[in-house]
Amino acid sequence: MKKLRIPQWLHWVIHVLLCLPFFWLVVRGVLDTLDPDPGKTLVHGLGLWALRLLLLTLAITPLNRFTPVQWLPLRRTLGLYTLSYAVLHVSAYTFFYLGLDFSTLARELVKRPYIVVGATALLMLMALGVTSSKGWQRRLGRRWKKLHRLIYVVVVLVVIHFAWQVKSGFGDAPWYALAFIALMLLRVKKITL
Amino acid sequence: MNWRKPFVPAIPSSEITPEAIYHQRRALIKTLGFAGLSSLLGEACIGNTFAADDAFATKESLTPYEHVTNYNNFYELGMDKTDPAANASKLKTAPWSVVIEGEVAKPGALTLEDLLKPHAQEERIYRLRCVEAWSMVIPWMGFSLRDLLARFEPTSKAKYIAFETIFDPENLPGQKTNSSGLHWPYVEGLRMDEAMHPLTILATGLYGKPLPNQNGAPLRLVVPWKYGFKSIKSIVRIRLQENQPKTTWNMSAPREYGFYSNVNPDVDHPRWSQATERRLPSSLLKPNRIPTQMFNGYEAQVASLYKDMDLLVDI
Repeated sequence: MKKLRIPQWLHWVIHVLLCLPFFWLVVRGVLDTLDPDPGKTLVHGLGLWALRLLLLTLAITPLNRFTPVQWLPLRRTLGLYTLSYAVLHVSAYTFFYLGLDFSTLARELVKRPYIVVGATALLMLMALGVTSSKGWQRRLGRRWKKLHRLIYVVVVLVVIHFAWQVKSGFGDAPWYALAFIALMLLRVKKITL
Repeated sequence: MNWRKPFVPAIPSSEITPEAIYHQRRALIKTLGFAGLSSLLGEACIGNTFAADDAFATKESLTPYEHVTNYNNFYELGMDKTDPAANASKLKTAPWSVVIEGEVAKPGALTLEDLLKPHAQEERIYRLRCVEAWSMVIPWMGFSLRDLLARFEPTSKAKYIAFETIFDPENLPGQKTNSSGLHWPYVEGLRMDEAMHPLTILATGLYGKPLPNQNGAPLRLVVPWKYGFKSIKSIVRIRLQENQPKTTWNMSAPREYGFYSNVNPDVDHPRWSQATERRLPSSLLKPNRIPTQMFNGYEAQVASLYKDMDLLVDI
């Protein structure tokens, strides 16, 4: 089946859209309209968007299966934006919650289970980001696919990290878990829409 | 309600501009000659040797009214910080009555008016430290809890005091669909000596105005040396008892929220450090991260209450 290619201009539009959440958060923070605790809102907002982009990355395969469009070129883009939001999320945490006190960061990294989980997910995401290029794909051959299956582990860790930092109950984490399960079900070969 | 003129000696420095009207009043009081007032009121504060200094009225910058009233944890009205203000109309504050029961010689159920009538409301500018590691400075209007308790004559068996918030699942969205997982009604408690401490107040207003619903109208507790969740809002029941009362957050997560929950930078929440806090409002360029003080800076006033306790264990 001949698949429709995404035109170049649409690529650029998508890049702009993916940057919007970040600029929206920062602009509101600068204009002091976020709320009285912009640090917390930034850390939460950036983390939330990292998770959403992560799930979008996982939506590419089902989209490819069920639409006549070739979505694959977007997957690397989405993955790298996910990584970028995750790094910004950690940076905001280090700045606002820890006041750039790196010795405290080291302590919190090992003392808090939910941070250990999040940090593990971030490390995995970094490994995937570094090896996302075509050059690395060639270098690793068949092992590339196996390595990049780590993305499924990343999602599970991120949902746990999210649920674990809520003060009471589980917050919105169950909804994201449900979305993940749905995206996984769409990959099962027997399922047709 | 009669607002007694505040006797605090100094207007807090204003890098932030608080309510203009509120500060006009304070300037007026100053020009009326606070020397005369303070000698009058000094007599009313016999026994409070620390009353004249910062404890009743800290000189730190006030958190602006719009933030005090739009950034709240009041899960009965929703779980986001702006939900309580948005859903404020769902809290029905009239008619309001408070039941006083248990180990007292004179129990009773009083209307809010009858409860408040004998008490002059005075200003208390306290720090409030949330367990989530943010804090505010709030000018409350209220009166010492011990003045209320004196009217009802606690018996010798009264070792603790329990408080209860309104239960109205028909109107309060957080109680109707329980997404927070907390048990309702919200309950809290203090040891009798904590309740009788001059710093402990029942508040009816802030910034010279009646308490907005989202801040726990019409009557709430403020215990400034403990984490904010101990300052229970919208009180309908006060019970004096022999046994330590159950408290909502402790029932929800006993390892994380103890009965005492005194502000203590050396005792971490299991999931985050309590050594620092963000003083609100904070901004991108000025995050306002400050070290947390023992007993939220009220150590000189309350440390003696806990001298026989190991605060690293009895949280």
